[in-house]
Amino acid sequence: MRLILLWALPAIAGAVSYAVPASRAGTLRPGILVATAAAHLAIVLSLWIRPAPGAFDGWLYADPLGLLVLSLTSVVFFLTALYTVEYMRRQRARGGRVFVTGLLAFLAAATLVTLSQHLALLWVGIEATTLALAPLIFHRHDRRSLEAVWKYLLISSVGIALALLGIFFLATAQVGVAGRPLILDDLTSHAGELHPAWLRVAFLFLLVGFGTKMGLAPMHTWKPDTYGEAPSLVSGLMAGVLTSCAFLGVARVTGVVVAAGLGPFVQPVLIGFGLLSLAVAAVFIIGQSDVKRLLAYSSVEHMGLLVLGLGFGGIGAYGSVLHMLNNGLSKSWLFLVVGNIVLASGSSAISANRGLIRSLPVSGTLLVLGLFAVTGSPPFGLFISEFTLLRAAIGAGHLWVASVMLVLLAVIFVGMALPLLEMALGGEAGNADPLPESRWLVIGPILLAAAVLTLGLYIPTPLRDALAGAAAGLGGMVP
Amino acid sequence: MTWTALAALATLLLVSPALPGIAVRTKSLLTGRRGAPVLQLYFDIWKLLRKGTVYSTTTTWVFRAGPVVLLAALIAAALFLPLDGRGALAYFAGDLLAFTALLALGRFALVLASLDTGSSFEGMGASREVTFATFAEPALFLCFIALVLATGSVSLSGMLGVPLAGAWAVASAPLSLVGISLFVLLLAENSRVPVDDPATHLELTMVHEVMVLDHSGPDLAIILFGSSLKLAIFGALVVGVFVPRAGLVGAASIAVLVAGLILVAVAVGVIESLMARLRLTRVPQLLVGAGALALFAVILLLR
Amino acid sequence: MQTAPDVLLLLVVLTNFVVLGTTRLSAGVRAVAVQGLLLGLLPLTLASSVSFHIVTLSAGTVIVKGIVLPYFLMWAIREAAVRREIEPVVGYIASLLLGALALALAFAIAAHLPLPAEQQALLVPVSLATVMIGFIVLTSRRKALTQVVGYLMLENGTYLFGLTHAESVPFLLEIAVLLDVFVGVFIMGIVVFHINREFDSLDSAHLSELRD
Repeated sequence: MRLILLWALPAIAGAVSYAVPASRAGTLRPGILVATAAAHLAIVLSLWIRPAPGAFDGWLYADPLGLLVLSLTSVVFFLTALYTVEYMRRQRARGGRVFVTGLLAFLAAATLVTLSQHLALLWVGIEATTLALAPLIFHRHDRRSLEAVWKYLLISSVGIALALLGIFFLATAQVGVAGRPLILDDLTSHAGELHPAWLRVAFLFLLVGFGTKMGLAPMHTWKPDTYGEAPSLVSGLMAGVLTSCAFLGVARVTGVVVAAGLGPFVQPVLIGFGLLSLAVAAVFIIGQSDVKRLLAYSSVEHMGLLVLGLGFGGIGAYGSVLHMLNNGLSKSWLFLVVGNIVLASGSSAISANRGLIRSLPVSGTLLVLGLFAVTGSPPFGLFISEFTLLRAAIGAGHLWVASVMLVLLAVIFVGMALPLLEMALGGEAGNADPLPESRWLVIGPILLAAAVLTLGLYIPTPLRDALAGAAAGLGGMVP
Repeated sequence: MTWTALAALATLLLVSPALPGIAVRTKSLLTGRRGAPVLQLYFDIWKLLRKGTVYSTTTTWVFRAGPVVLLAALIAAALFLPLDGRGALAYFAGDLLAFTALLALGRFALVLASLDTGSSFEGMGASREVTFATFAEPALFLCFIALVLATGSVSLSGMLGVPLAGAWAVASAPLSLVGISLFVLLLAENSRVPVDDPATHLELTMVHEVMVLDHSGPDLAIILFGSSLKLAIFGALVVGVFVPRAGLVGAASIAVLVAGLILVAVAVGVIESLMARLRLTRVPQLLVGAGALALFAVILLLR
Repeated sequence: MQTAPDVLLLLVVLTNFVVLGTTRLSAGVRAVAVQGLLLGLLPLTLASSVSFHIVTLSAGTVIVKGIVLPYFLMWAIREAAVRREIEPVVGYIASLLLGALALALAFAIAAHLPLPAEQQALLVPVSLATVMIGFIVLTSRRKALTQVVGYLMLENGTYLFGLTHAESVPFLLEIAVLLDVFVGVFIMGIVVFHINREFDSLDSAHLSELRD
C-alpha cells in the first residue's frame, strides 16, 4: 500500500495542482508541492523502519538499492520543494502551473523507477521523467532554453528508444528460461540460462540508452545546454535525482549480466565509458565560462566515476552506490546555491559574479564548501566514495586506470577551483553590504551540506546495511 | 539456334516501332486527346529512309558511323536475350557482361557522334546522358547479380529462362523488387518520364533528343528505330523477369512476349501522363533508389 | 517467402527508403503513417491465434502511429508553412547509400542473433535496419520536423522488434509504451511550434547558439 502511495500521491497532487484556479494558485500550489514532498519523505522514512512487502505481484518492491535511490530522491526533492516556495514567490511571472505539475509528475515518475522490479516498468518511469522535465527546462521560454529543450528531447528520446530495444533484447534472451519475463529476481536467479548473445546486445543497448539519460560521454552533449538553461533548482533535481535513477537502470542490468557470468565482457565496456566521461569532463571544464555548464560537466565526471565503479567489480559496486548518494546530495546542494547566486545577480556567467563571500555570505561559503565537496576533498563524503573506487581499481589490478583516474580528477579539481574561487573570493574588497538571503533559499543547501559532511565522517548502521545489500545485489563486496 | 528463337527476334524487330506509339497513344487518351496513330513511327521511318541527308561541315566519319554502330550494337545485344523464354540465339557463361557492354557501346557511339558536331547543345545532352548512365549501370548490374543468385546461372539464357520459374516459387519478393528496379531503369535508359520527356523540345530540358538533333534522313531513321529497339529490349527484360515463359512453346511464348511488351508500353504511357519530369538533380537519386532496391533484393537472396 | 508478415516487412523497408529519399516533408510524414499502418497489421499476421489482446494492440498501434501522430505532424507542417527540406548535411544520394549500407549491416548483425522460436526470420534485420535508418534521418536532416519523423521511425523499429514478444509482454506495458511515444511526439510537436514562432523557420541551424 505504501509503495503504491509513493507514486500515486505525487501523481494525484500534480493533477490537482494543474486544476487549481489561478486566483488561489499563488498560495495553494507551493503548499501542495511542499505537503506532497513532506508526505513522500515521511512514507520513505517509514520504509526504513518497517519494510513494505511487494505490490502488484512483485512488480513493485523496495530492495536495498532501490530504497537508497528512493531515499535520495525523496530527501533532495523535499529540500528543493522548500526552496521552490521562495523561488516561485520571487518569480511571480506565470503562476507556476506547469512548473509545479511538472515537478510533481517528475517525483511520481522517479519513484516509479526506484520501486519497479519489472524492467519495462522501469523504462516507462524513465521515459516519464524525460517528458515531465521537458516543460520545466523550457520554463524561461526564450531562444536559448528552446534550443536546450529541443536538444534534450531529441537526444533523450533516442537514448530511451535504444533502451527500449535493449529491454526487448533482454526479453528475447529470456525466452525458454523459467521465471516471469523481465522481473529482476527471476532474471538474476536464472541468469546462467539466459541466451548469451542476446544478453550481450541487450546490455550494450541498455548501457547506451540509460547512459544517455545519465549523461555519460559520448551521449552527454545535451547535459551542458540543458543544465545551463533550465532553472537552477530543476538542474539540481536532474543532476541529483535523474542521474541516480538512470544509474539505477544501468546498475540493475549490470547485476543481471554479471550474475550470468558475462562479467569479463561488460567490465572493459564500463571502464571505457567511465574513463571517456572523465576525460571529456576534464577537457571541457578547463576554461568554462558559465557556472551551470561547469557543474554539468562535473556531473558528467561523476557519472563516469559511477560507471567505473561498476566496471571494477569487487568493492567497486559498494563505492559506486555510496558515490551515487554523495553525488546526488552535493550536486543538488551546489545547484541550489547557484540558484541563489543567479537570483541575486541575474546571470550565471562566471565573469558576472565576483566576491560572493561578501555579497551573499551564506551562499558564498556554501559555494566554496561545495567546490571542495564535489571534487572529492576530505572531510566530505565524496572523498570516501572516490577512495573506495580507487581501492577497487587497484584491487582488480587496473593500475593504469587508477593512475589515469587520479590525474583526471586532479585536473578537474584545478579546473573547477579556479573559476569557483574567483567567483567567491574575487573582486575588490569591502564596498557592498551583504544582500539579505531568505532562509527558505538557504535551508536546503545547508541541510544537504550537513548530510554530505556526515557521510564523510560516519555512515549510520541502517545505511551501511542497505549499502551492503545493494552491493551484494550487484555482485560486489563490502569494504 | 532454334527456330522459335529466330522468330522471336524477328518479331521483336518488327514490333518495336509500335511501342513508342502505344505509349504516346495511352498518354493522349488519358489526357483527353485522341493522339497520333499507334503505327506512326513506321511511317516516320519509311519517310525518313527516302529522304536525303545533310551533314554539317564540322562532322567527320564518327558522326556518320554513330547511328550504324548503335543499331548494330542493339541488334547484337538482342541476340543474347532469351526472347522465347528458353534460350537465346547466342549464349555463353557470363554473356550478361557482353549484353551490358554492347548497350554501353551503342550509347558510346551515339555520344561520340553528338560530340562530333562540335555544338554545345549536343555536348550538354551528351554529358547528361552519360551522368545518368553512371548511376544506371551499377543498378543494372545489381539486378543481374540478383538474378544470378536467384537462378544460379551466369548466362542470360538461364537467368531469364528455364530456372527462373523455379526461382519465383522460392524468392518472389526479391524478384519483384528486381522487376520494379528494371522498370525504373527502363524509364531511365530510354529517356522516358520521369527521367526525360521525349516530347519536350526546349533546349535546356532535353537529354536524349538533343543528342540526335543534327541527324537527318536515313541516319535519323536508324536512330529512331534504334531507340524503339532499345525500349523493346528493356521491355523484354522486364517481361522476362515478371513472366517466366519456360513452360510455353513456340508461338504461344512469342505471343505472351508481345502482349507483355504492349503492357510495358501502356505502363510507360500511364506514368508519362501521371508524373512530371523530375528535376535534373533528382534523377541520380531516383537511380540510386532503384539501385538500393536491387541491393535489397541481393541481400535478401544472400541470406 | 510469400507469407503475409514477410510482405509487410518488405513494405516497411520500402517506406524507410521513401523517407530517406524525399524532399517533401508531407511525403515523409505520409510514409511514416503507412509504416505505422503496416506495424499495426503485423501483430494480426504474426499471432498464432487472434485474441482480444492482439486485436486491441493492433488497433491501438494503427490509431496512434498510423493516424493520430501523422495527423498531428501534418498540422505542424501547415502551422509552420514549410513544404520542403533543405539539402541535408549528408546529401540525398549519400543518405540513400547509407541506408542501403545500414540494411546490409542489419542483416549481417541479425545473422549472429538467432531468434529462439520459429519466428519470422526477417523481423530482426528489418527492425534493426529501421532503427538505423531512423537514426540516419534524425541526425542528418536540418528541419526540426524531419528530425521528429526520424525519431518516429526509430521508435517504429524498436516497436517492430517488440512485436516478437506481443504475447508475453503484458498488455498494460504495451499501451504504456504507445502512450509514451504519443506524449513524446506531442511534446516535440509543441516545441517545434515554439521554434517556428521564435525563429519563423524550422531550420535547426538556428538552434546552435549554445556551445562551449
